[in-house]
Amino acid sequence: MANNTNSANKPVDFKKKHSKEEMKQQVITFALMIMFTLVAFGLVLAEVTSFFVIPILIILAIVQVLFQLYYFMHMKNKGHSMVSVMMFGGISIGILTIITFTTIIWW
Amino acid sequence: MSTALAQKRGLGAAIWDYLTTVDHKKIAQLYLVSGGIFFLIGGLEAMLIRIQLMQPNSDFISAGLYNEMITMHGTTMIFLAAMPLIFALMNAVVPLQIGARDVAFPFLNSLGFWLFLAGGLILNCSWFLGGAPDAGWTAYAPLSATSPGHGVDYYVIGLQISGAGTLIGGINFLVTIVNMRAPGMSYMRMPLFTWASFVTSNLILFAFPALTVGLFLLMFDRMFGSAFFDVGLGGNAIIWEHLFWIFGHPEVYILILPVFGAFSDIFSTFSTKRLFGYSAMVFATVLIGFLGFMVWAHHMFTTGLGPVANSIFAVSTMAIAVPTGIKIFNWLFTMWGGKIRMTSAMLWSIAFIPTFTIGGMTGVMLAAAAADYQYHDTYFVVAHFHYVIVGGVVFGFFAALHYWWPKMFGKVLNEKLGKLAFWPFFIGFHLTFFIQHFLGLMGMPRRYWTYQEGQGLDLGNLISTVGAFLMAIGTLIFVYNVIYTAMKEKKVSGDPWDGRTLEWSIPSPPPFYNFKQTPLVRGLDPLWIEKQDGKTGMTPAEPLGDIHMPNGSFLPFLMSLGLFIAGFGFIYQVDHKGWLALVFIGMGITLGSMLTRSLKDDLGYHVHKEELEEGGGNHES
Repeated sequence: MANNTNSANKPVDFKKKHSKEEMKQQVITFALMIMFTLVAFGLVLAEVTSFFVIPILIILAIVQVLFQLYYFMHMKNKGHSMVSVMMFGGISIGILTIITFTTIIWW
Repeated sequence: MSTALAQKRGLGAAIWDYLTTVDHKKIAQLYLVSGGIFFLIGGLEAMLIRIQLMQPNSDFISAGLYNEMITMHGTTMIFLAAMPLIFALMNAVVPLQIGARDVAFPFLNSLGFWLFLAGGLILNCSWFLGGAPDAGWTAYAPLSATSPGHGVDYYVIGLQISGAGTLIGGINFLVTIVNMRAPGMSYMRMPLFTWASFVTSNLILFAFPALTVGLFLLMFDRMFGSAFFDVGLGGNAIIWEHLFWIFGHPEVYILILPVFGAFSDIFSTFSTKRLFGYSAMVFATVLIGFLGFMVWAHHMFTTGLGPVANSIFAVSTMAIAVPTGIKIFNWLFTMWGGKIRMTSAMLWSIAFIPTFTIGGMTGVMLAAAAADYQYHDTYFVVAHFHYVIVGGVVFGFFAALHYWWPKMFGKVLNEKLGKLAFWPFFIGFHLTFFIQHFLGLMGMPRRYWTYQEGQGLDLGNLISTVGAFLMAIGTLIFVYNVIYTAMKEKKVSGDPWDGRTLEWSIPSPPPFYNFKQTPLVRGLDPLWIEKQDGKTGMTPAEPLGDIHMPNGSFLPFLMSLGLFIAGFGFIYQVDHKGWLALVFIGMGITLGSMLTRSLKDDLGYHVHKEELEEGGGNHES
């Protein structure tokens, strides 16, 4: 914010460039996400064996969630380290619980 | 607003002030008083247990009542005494230590307290309304799912409501510590108590949902005819144990970590030395918090998890001894070569080290899964967890209360009485629980109502009961000390201990806005740094200006009252559907209050610069 008050050209240029870069990344991720969705539908429509399709779908879903978090919800930007620590902490504890339940309770 | 409050007030106005307060220092007092009362109730239950076990074949209390006693003793001590006392310390100290004027969510802070109190009262109402919960504090299914009467219903509803309060409180402190540190107070400059509170709040955030889920499943099994834990209908009773301990093990670290932090501050202050190995201490605290989530199944070694799972959980449990050991040695090295002052706070802290170490050693013994088949459900386990919880948490409370009492109330607790309370409690504690290791090894099972004559258990139990009476005497002397100090002792300055951290840079008790000007933090132990530079106080980080403060609110109390009423409705609607009226009335009050809160803007008020300059606004008595 502080650098916006500076009327010199440089910070404005930098900001423009930065936004342009940001826009490019968002468009690319958006395109990739649409492509992933098409691939997912395509695999199911093509009736590939479910043994192969289910893991692929899960991986695609995880990648899409990460894209969403990092590019659209700005977790890749500075000042989000606490957010990611909390999120990944919670996720790892949740996963640990699920692993335990599936391995030693339900088998 | 603030000038209106400054008028002389009657008793009614004072009560109204506490009912509506959102000031973290007053909420700390509320937590302290209610937690203290529940501590005394839990202690009374413990005394009745010990009197029953004093002699073989005793008939002092009936077997059914004994089951209620052990259940309520454990539940009260963990959820209604230790948790609120932790929050009392956190509320009283954390905002001051990070140089904040208030917590991040003052309204939620108050809501957290009232929810806790509502839950605690519901739980204790059960004594007068047909019997307390009697399935043990762990409430294992299927016993808890089938236990007749409404006892366990009270357990479920009471803990659900107070658990919600705890979760809210934890989130509040998380946000406070992340967002409201004074300029220069980086993470690695936070006092250890604040660090420990931060890790504890994380544990609360991640552990309490497991309890919430477990309690909901149990509630549906008992009240709405589901069968999550009913093996006959395809349920699985072990799920309760897992859910309970996924919560329960982090819970014991939730209790112990803040007092570890308090001990660190106390050792450093009274040894007049910087804490030895600060970064290692922080690392150890975080590591204990992290490992706390991967060890819960060590409570369940004998449920048949299989050798692989048992080994994994045994090793991860033993791993916790490493960061704990780091802490023990760092405390010893902090004292080494320091100018030690033997105050009551220091006395409790020093007594804690060997006591807790014994508890830690028996912990490693219990972690050996094969040996645990022998120790399981005997008095060895009882001795172990009382060594870590009483020897750690309760000693810690006494130490921390002696240390921060002047900050909370402006008076130093009488030192003579403080030491007089320490000795009977300390000796009584070891008399009570050391012998229980051997009772356990001789085969005395925990939770049994009585035992037979001539099995070699008589003398040990008698000694244990005598010790319990000594602990009771110590506790009563401490209570007397509190009253004596309030009546007789003189007010002291803001910094009676020659302190090192930010809370000692402001008057005691602090004005309601804490810091007139936010302080500039230049390093670890910020006040000490300024003292070393020959200054008397902190350098301000901002010019004197208007201070924004939140308005008090009656809504948190109303929301909790609503849930309190609805709780009884949920418990009794099993008998007669007419009781559902209470559910509707109670939930109506709660949801109505929430709606009011959402729709009505409450932007707080400003304490003006002029008032601050003339020392006004400071109307704390």
